Amino acid sequence: MSPHAPPLHGSLPPEGADLAWGGPAARPVSAAPVVEISNLWSVFRTAGVDTLIHKDLNLTIQRGELLSIVGGSGSGKTVLLRQILGLETPARGSITVLGRPAAELTHAGAASRVGMLFQHGALYSAFTVLENIAFPLRELKALPEDLVRDAVMVKLQMVGLDPAHAHKMPADLSGGMIKRVALARALIMDPPLLLLDEPTAGLDPDRSDAFCALVRSLHQELGLTVVMVTHDLDTIYEISTRVAVVADKHVIVDAPPREVIAFDHPFVREFFLGGRGLRAMELLRAQPQDE
Amino acid sequence: MPQAALEDSQPRVVFTQTPDDGSCAHLHGRWTAESLAVEAHWDALQADLRSVPQDCHACQWDLRPLLRMDHTGAQLLWNTWYRQWPDTLYTLPRQRAMLERVAQFSSVLPPRRRVTPWDLFLRLGAVVVRVEEHVVGAVRLLGQLLIDAVQLVRAPRSGPWRDVSGHLYRIGATALPITALVGFLIGVVLAYLMSQQLRQFGADAFIVNILGVSLIRELGPVLAAILIAGRSGSAITAQIGVMRVTEELDAMKVMGIPKGFRLVLPRAMAMAVAMPLLAVWTTVAALLGGMLASDLVMGLTPAYFVTALAKAVQVSNLWLAVGKSTVFGLMIALIGCHYGLRIQPNTQSLGEGTTASVVTSITMVILVDALFAVVFKDVGI
Repeated sequence: MSPHAPPLHGSLPPEGADLAWGGPAARPVSAAPVVEISNLWSVFRTAGVDTLIHKDLNLTIQRGELLSIVGGSGSGKTVLLRQILGLETPARGSITVLGRPAAELTHAGAASRVGMLFQHGALYSAFTVLENIAFPLRELKALPEDLVRDAVMVKLQMVGLDPAHAHKMPADLSGGMIKRVALARALIMDPPLLLLDEPTAGLDPDRSDAFCALVRSLHQELGLTVVMVTHDLDTIYEISTRVAVVADKHVIVDAPPREVIAFDHPFVREFFLGGRGLRAMELLRAQPQDE
Repeated sequence: MPQAALEDSQPRVVFTQTPDDGSCAHLHGRWTAESLAVEAHWDALQADLRSVPQDCHACQWDLRPLLRMDHTGAQLLWNTWYRQWPDTLYTLPRQRAMLERVAQFSSVLPPRRRVTPWDLFLRLGAVVVRVEEHVVGAVRLLGQLLIDAVQLVRAPRSGPWRDVSGHLYRIGATALPITALVGFLIGVVLAYLMSQQLRQFGADAFIVNILGVSLIRELGPVLAAILIAGRSGSAITAQIGVMRVTEELDAMKVMGIPKGFRLVLPRAMAMAVAMPLLAVWTTVAALLGGMLASDLVMGLTPAYFVTALAKAVQVSNLWLAVGKSTVFGLMIALIGCHYGLRIQPNTQSLGEGTTASVVTSITMVILVDALFAVVFKDVGI
């Protein structure tokens, strides 16, 4: 590398200050939350029977957070994620994502606002890895092919995949590789918000650790806001800055991991302080106390 | 103000010349994929970049005025620099980190392997192997069906009767309206066309013979078979194919449940029963259509039509029709299962398998029908 002038700090506005849509916003967005859920009610109708899943659920996610949503099976964690994405409409209440209603999120250009890693990857099985990752960029129909390809190769290697995999089909990839490709696809437009649904489910402990490290480093380097749904205690302790526990149809506690485990609730005791929980807590103790 | 904001977000490069420092390039606007993809932005920026001096590394680059840059923008810049760091560069820490990442990971895409004549030769071999697989698979499926049928005869109580009745309803009962409609319309059309030809010879009454033989012996069974091949053959392939995709087939295998006995046999049985019934049903609808049209166009009363039909068409025609419909039904079910079981766990294979199943079963129906016509040419005429 050639010599560079020292980087300049200070007087300029922080990078990413204009996270909201539509260019440099007129209002100070950096202080506004990335996701704001207020008084959310969700109802699921199966075989004519209505089941209330969320009742008066409130949750606010600030920029730069790495939030884990935790809850029992059927407590509606994935539904919550889908509602943030605008894939499902809540019965009552409002969800605001990046300053706009969540229902508008899926409009054209959504890939530059939010990235989603689906539980099973959801790669397009008719496309190669390269075409999968390039898909949102190519849909813009304006960027030249070589620039798109270069951008894809950078993202592919950022998530730790070898360039040689670029021409493979999703059917030929292992579970861990599918998740990495899906992550690269979610990040191709550098969205400020990244949602992960069970990112480490189906990965062996080694790969799961590697994936956590990857998400953490991307979170730091790209200044992402990450929201994930997970059951994996190791993942929760290792990377989240905040944990929201969904139980009794709303968020019972929403705090850093250390404070959440001190919260007195049957689900919290069961989940964090059961046998598995205590083992995973070793991780938390091993971490430095300076957050 | 909105006008100013609009201009501000446009990605651009501004060159300034200072006497002591030489030329300096300042980057402005939003260098993001979304912003770059706006056609006006892209064209303007390309014009800016074309004016970059040849020795772009000698000039100073200042990225600090940028509103925002993402990896696509960084990549564009890196490519503009011919993938080398310029001598003097002013950046914010995060911009520097992004550029360093792009620099680290920018690599040439490994080329796809070129197709050589040897590959073509291997492909030819693969085609032969695939044909062989199909033949072996079909024979195995048929043999397994026979074994399962024998087992069913030996122990009828353990048979998958619930499945059979379900498939009978889905393949047979729900197909009644569409087969009746198509049959009726074909009957009407045939009667109209024939009546005009026959009237030229004054042989109006023969319409009963022509309609009777052609509909009962040929058109009824073939029409019904083609409709059912499209309707239920594809459904069978898709059902079994989705079971492969969702690993249900593997789950059955692990539980020790034979897929031939539980998946193929019930479908084949339901088809073998439903198909002849549907063929008769379609034929009746077509004859009704023909009867109505004959009445309207030529004034042949339905009463005459029915009595003349009994004399004109031998009963053996009906048995032939029922017999070949049973064969068609078995064939459609087996072809559907054959392609369904071959499906690979991905969406493309599912689509291809379903298409291939329908095309094959319709072709086979017509082929086998021709075979029947040749073999039974002395029966019933």
